[in-house]
Amino acid sequence: MTINMGPQHPATHGVLRVVLELDGEVIVKAIPHPGHLHRGIEKLAESKTYHQAIPLTDRLDYTNAMGNNLAYVLAVEKLLGIEVPKRAQYLRVMMAELQRIAAHLIWLGTHALDIGAMTLIFYNFREREDILRIFEEVAGGRLTPTYLRIGGVSKDLPEGTEEKIKAFVQAFPDHVKEYETLLTKNIIWLKRTKGVGIISKEDAISWGVTGPTLRGSGVNYDVRKVFPYSSYEEFDFDIPIGSVGDVYDRYIVRLREMEWSNAIVEQALERLPKGPIIANDPRITLPPKDDVLQDIAALIRQFKIVSEGVQAPKGEVYASVEASKGELGFYLVGDGSSHPYRFRIRTPSFANLSALPKMIEGNLIADVISVIGSIDIVLGEIDR
Amino acid sequence: MSVRQLNRLVPTPDHGRKSMTETNSTVKKLKGKFPSSVSGVETFRDEVNVIVQKKDILEICRFLHSDPDLQYHLLTDLCGVDLFPQTPRFEVVYLLCSMKNKERLRLKARVGEHESISSVESVWKVANWYEREAYDLLGISFENHPDLRRIMMWDGYEGHPLRKDFPVEGPDFDKPFVPEV
Repeated sequence: MTINMGPQHPATHGVLRVVLELDGEVIVKAIPHPGHLHRGIEKLAESKTYHQAIPLTDRLDYTNAMGNNLAYVLAVEKLLGIEVPKRAQYLRVMMAELQRIAAHLIWLGTHALDIGAMTLIFYNFREREDILRIFEEVAGGRLTPTYLRIGGVSKDLPEGTEEKIKAFVQAFPDHVKEYETLLTKNIIWLKRTKGVGIISKEDAISWGVTGPTLRGSGVNYDVRKVFPYSSYEEFDFDIPIGSVGDVYDRYIVRLREMEWSNAIVEQALERLPKGPIIANDPRITLPPKDDVLQDIAALIRQFKIVSEGVQAPKGEVYASVEASKGELGFYLVGDGSSHPYRFRIRTPSFANLSALPKMIEGNLIADVISVIGSIDIVLGEIDR
Repeated sequence: MSVRQLNRLVPTPDHGRKSMTETNSTVKKLKGKFPSSVSGVETFRDEVNVIVQKKDILEICRFLHSDPDLQYHLLTDLCGVDLFPQTPRFEVVYLLCSMKNKERLRLKARVGEHESISSVESVWKVANWYEREAYDLLGISFENHPDLRRIMMWDGYEGHPLRKDFPVEGPDFDKPFVPEV
């Protein structure tokens, strides 16, 4: 029998359609059909200036907006060849790690909900709300903060936010324990996740899987460690890895990752350097508002940067970050104008989803739900 | 300094240009093994680009994947670039990553509009979807691909949206698509 799962299905986390060929309850063949959410972001960004493309990146993986911003601005900064002040780098790390926790909280809540554990999502959204409030104070936006700028960040931490982050960081380890009491040794959870959706090391690498899904299979590959960016080499953290590569291992990896992210935020807060939050490069960054109001040259500069954009040199760069789902990279080709000639986004969920048939073929139909939940796909970045 | 002068001061793109290409062991090995196929090596911002002939792409990829010293086991990305109106029109870009050596390498091969290039699906499984995407959005065709279908646009869609001669708003934005039911 052939059945269609999706595109309207509450457990496919968006508009994903999977065609399943069944033999009884066992899946013989699975064919995912992405593309329902294709908005042509790559094409659109080619007609925009380098600054204008930042808000588009928020809308790729909409649970991990800060991480997407970071990957994109890193690529542009590499193309332009500019240095980012230390304080801005630390603020970026802090926000990216808070965002990773928020993204993993959504994953945990919805994943458990799909399998039938309803309580957890209320706990998760409680903590996620704290993070989104911090983002709102810092950037003005919750889901699509567009906080990062080429050369730094848009605003410094407002008064009182440091205390809020500190309070969150101190309380969070206890919350993780709370989640664990509900799931980690829960017999129903174990039966639904242990030995389900296994993918081996070699297969995972060949299918281009990255992120917690790859590390669940026991591969120690994390962009933060292998190709450090934004001062990650100065932080002390571990990369949790699994052994079997099943849904349960991926669950444990992400839980431990949240704890390490929390530790990174704590370290960034303790050692937050003083200084400017954006590079002072008149060709690229906007002049301070006070100067614009008093100095005609600064006003002209602001006008030129906003209306014409930044001219990037000829050349091509690739910069990537460890986003919450895996390696998120931007491949930019500059042609000397203020628009990217080619704007390619390497999104983790796209490659991770292509490995879905490998994980579910031979499993039961009920396991599809738990496997899709465990690879943590977001259709916004698969379809772009 | 005037704004116009400032705008002209584009950062110099010669970031370690020489040292990287001469010392990079992958490039050396590749040149030794496929002397006729490697037609150029560029370095920009510490990233190595190797330009190769399209006829040898599958052999080169197999070699980079299986060589015990290199072990480019991860195909991070594969995409196409439209260089319209140049000929050959397209460039297929392979971004490889060696987890063992912590190195990245970019291969580039030029493909004409009515030509095709070998699929590397047999080396890295993930190439299956990447090649489908390049086929869908740019119209590059891949030989021996097991399942070359559109992936983003729907079946029966005409045109390839990422091509440079394709308008951003679409050719039919004032004529909505209504499928026959």
